[in-house]
Amino acid sequence: MEKLVYQESKCFIENFKYTFCPGCGHGYVLGIIAQLIDEFNIQGETIAVSSVGCSIFLEKFFKLDVVGASHGRSPCVATGVKRSKPNKFVFTYQGDGDALTIGFNETCHTALRGENITTICINNTNFGMTGGQASATSLPNQKTKTTPFGRDVSKYGYPIKAAEMVATCDGAAFVARCAVGSSKLYDDTKKILKKAFQNQINNVGYSFVEVLSSCPTNWGMSPVDANRHIVENVSKYYKLGVFKDITS
Amino acid sequence: MEDEEKILLKGNIAIAKAAINAGCECYFGYPITPQSEIGEYLSKAMIEEGRIFIPCESELAAINMVIGAGSTGTKAMTSSSSCGIALMQEAISAMYCQQVPGVIVSVMRGGPGLGNIAPSQGDYNQACYGGGNGDYKVIVLSPSTIQESIDLTYLSFHLAFKYRCPVILLADGILGQMMEPCSINKNPYNDYDYNIEKWALNGAKNREPRNLVSLHMDLGELEKLNYDLNKKFLEIEKNEIRYEIFLTDDANIIITAFGTVARVAKTAVKQAREMGIKVGLFRPITLSPFPSNKLGNLICSNVKIVLDVEMNLGQMLKDVRSSVFGKCAVKFMGKPGGGIINSDEILEKIIDINNNIES
Repeated sequence: MEKLVYQESKCFIENFKYTFCPGCGHGYVLGIIAQLIDEFNIQGETIAVSSVGCSIFLEKFFKLDVVGASHGRSPCVATGVKRSKPNKFVFTYQGDGDALTIGFNETCHTALRGENITTICINNTNFGMTGGQASATSLPNQKTKTTPFGRDVSKYGYPIKAAEMVATCDGAAFVARCAVGSSKLYDDTKKILKKAFQNQINNVGYSFVEVLSSCPTNWGMSPVDANRHIVENVSKYYKLGVFKDITS
Repeated sequence: MEDEEKILLKGNIAIAKAAINAGCECYFGYPITPQSEIGEYLSKAMIEEGRIFIPCESELAAINMVIGAGSTGTKAMTSSSSCGIALMQEAISAMYCQQVPGVIVSVMRGGPGLGNIAPSQGDYNQACYGGGNGDYKVIVLSPSTIQESIDLTYLSFHLAFKYRCPVILLADGILGQMMEPCSINKNPYNDYDYNIEKWALNGAKNREPRNLVSLHMDLGELEKLNYDLNKKFLEIEKNEIRYEIFLTDDANIIITAFGTVARVAKTAVKQAREMGIKVGLFRPITLSPFPSNKLGNLICSNVKIVLDVEMNLGQMLKDVRSSVFGKCAVKFMGKPGGGIINSDEILEKIIDINNNIES
């Protein structure tokens, strides 16, 4: 008897190739997004907004309409899309460099306006695409290409706890932090993203999901060690959970 | 607009009213003098029309919202002034690359830096040659009256959607703040079909997905795109050049000027003509693409001198020089940093030049 164990999402382009390094967390999250688009049956109604960083190549993977944005500005582009086409499903896919470093002002104001869009922010605690420099989210003492002695918070300041900050925005409807790094965390992430998608479909308002994700290449770790690092270290500094949910 | 009713309107308000009439569905903006009345007016009018108005957190947000709305084929606009437009340059380059239509109204004030809030033409280079990256060009339209501000607002939306590109309407603080009788005539492009359904993003339902992005990493991809976009701009140059010539037929002296200064210069030309001086005026309306051939062709053997007049230190001057192509001398007269040129000063200069020609 045959049993279906895996089916590729219809949202993916046939024979697409990820542009990511082995063990990168982006693939897990993009996979969840594709599954959710299938589950909600919104492929033909979705406009995705890409950003600058490893998160950029959405049109290479997804059978979706995609509009690109300058570095940090995808919440604004998404605002323009959603306001002009309020019946379309609009999400931004950004990294911590884009949404939390150069574009945190835009992230907050989009939350404050309560735009009915969904933001998925991959936090891998560095600028991945440019080769592993320190971003606003790099952990205290984290060694990166631009903090070779470790991030000294007395000189470079503290990491940004974005989900906690976005949750203070009255316009935000749903704010959560999840992670990919174990099958349990993966399942939780899918549940949280599903909620963030459902919110937009229900016209609830702005949903912000920060996903702690691995960057084995720039962390100088094996994929397995990188996942362990998320579970044991990154998710200790950046607490997982739902920080705001106006629907509960 | 023969029998249209004339009303007295401030320039900024006239542009805002024309945007409504042009079918602008979304306005995104951040306040800056001397153009804040555009946003103030639209904050009421757009809502009353059931359209979109967002007071943005920055000019960066405003122009990127224009990109978002433009990508769905929706008419969108932002407006700002000098340092605010400076912040938009990255996005304007991206709009050209992504082929997203949108209108940017730039009401120039004194610069550089925060400068002052006096009228200026110090952003000719910013508009025409930009601060964005790469081989990109922008259509730049320059009105010299409030009626023309209205007509060119219509044209801005028309060209942005006809060619899927950013268009800058370049006015200055005088045009923004002064009042003049004008008529909000019918948008002449109301019935034009821009074929939006062929490219706009509305979800890939029963069709191939579309993308409007500006990163093109495949080998040769960006090179080809640059050639294609340049070809489009050459087409714009062929079809859309606009200019005004005034009493140039027998002129020994031709004044070149744009916007408000051209209008002041016209007064000086009329006064000089009354004194028997053979002087004419060439006013580019499309500053980019610049009407180089039209100006060059005016320079025949009786033209001794071209006098370029601007409210800056000579930004259009290099376009004038390259158009004149050494066929006669080119002189410059200008004031930077919000200094205003009056017609008496221009007339004095014309008389001076004329005396030198005759002697």
